[in-house]
Amino acid sequence: MDHNEIIELLPAYVDQELGISDTIAVDNHLGSCSECRHELEVQKSASAQLKKNAIYFEAPAHLVRRIQVALPRNRSQHSSFKGWNFSWLNAGAVMATLLAVVWSGSLYLSLPSARERLTEELVSSHVRSLQVEHLSDVISTDKHTVKPWFNGKLNFSPPVVDLAAQGFPLVGGRLDYLDGRSVAVLVYRHNQHPINLYIWPGTDSVATPQTQNRQGFHLIHWVTGGMNYWAISELATNELEFFVSTLGSQS
Amino acid sequence: MTASTKEQRFQAMVLPHLNSAFNLARWLTRSQPDAEDVVQEAYLRAFKFFDSFHGEDGRAWLLGIVRNTFYTWYQQNKTQAQSTLFEEELHSIKSDNYATAQSADNNPESLLIQKDSQRQMQHALESLSVEFREVMVMREVEYLSYKQIAGIIGIPIGTVMSRLGRGRKQLAEILSSTNRDA
Repeated sequence: MDHNEIIELLPAYVDQELGISDTIAVDNHLGSCSECRHELEVQKSASAQLKKNAIYFEAPAHLVRRIQVALPRNRSQHSSFKGWNFSWLNAGAVMATLLAVVWSGSLYLSLPSARERLTEELVSSHVRSLQVEHLSDVISTDKHTVKPWFNGKLNFSPPVVDLAAQGFPLVGGRLDYLDGRSVAVLVYRHNQHPINLYIWPGTDSVATPQTQNRQGFHLIHWVTGGMNYWAISELATNELEFFVSTLGSQS
Repeated sequence: MTASTKEQRFQAMVLPHLNSAFNLARWLTRSQPDAEDVVQEAYLRAFKFFDSFHGEDGRAWLLGIVRNTFYTWYQQNKTQAQSTLFEEELHSIKSDNYATAQSADNNPESLLIQKDSQRQMQHALESLSVEFREVMVMREVEYLSYKQIAGIIGIPIGTVMSRLGRGRKQLAEILSSTNRDA
């Protein structure tokens, strides 16, 4: 082995990652090559300094909780979709599941799987927004501040109403990205619990609000006036339904 | 696999590596909140693909997902990434200022020196390009083998070796120039 090959092997020599024959070759060469001895020192010293001084960033305690919350809890739907992939033998059960899903999804024009994905996107977007400083891009309790803020950021104008008098003060708005497009998000609060209201244009016909539960969050979906609405919060279902009906009566 | 067995296996094999996942994400993103986002997203992905994981090395498998999640995030935040380039320059200025302030301070307590070395190391390592930074963190901070690193990144073991070698040389140059300025 020549000098150029040896010098390439020095990082692995320091890390004791070389085989015996390569190690012996490096040992033999080092005795007669000052350039390689110098290079070896550089490698050794940088490695030792890194091991000594590079910080090991430990995960903050709240991250465990965040992940536990975000992980899918209610896995019945997930496992039945997987069953559909693999277990043809269980065709009866699969058919029953599919029928149930198609039946519940038939109110929507989209495919159940697309809706499933959208629901997952909504939940993870909601969870992300709960982090400090991620909730609102524009912070205001004034609908006349929030509504113009969306101008030029979206190709539609979301209806903005304040429901402070009804116990759901508007606290701000932000842009989010869902289902392959930019959407408006209005942020409301009820007893310190944030409610994210996602709005984007849509022509699906969902006249009566549809309620779903996912990972401890409640989601309500409806379509009115050519807009898709999704409200999501950790609020109890009845409170969120009250929010939705109040919103409907105000807008 | 039933849902509960999957959950139990996941709890046992993947959740214990949260610190490793966070440490790698923190060094890749160079930001605490971004690292938290990346790790959370990586765990969701890991759970989704857990059925297809049959290996023994849960940590390397998870770190591979953390790395992929980071690169997706990085692509989506190109504009943000550009602004961190500016930040990098700020970092080096700040570290110079810091080093000057430190030497003028004339208070050589060992704890302070240790903190100072850690800070210098952080600035130096964070200023390396991500392809060097990732192998160095995996090797020197996570103590992974060349084989594990090669598997996580999807490169030959020889490339792991050469990136480590070049990364260490760059790091040594940055550290010695910081010390000269001080």
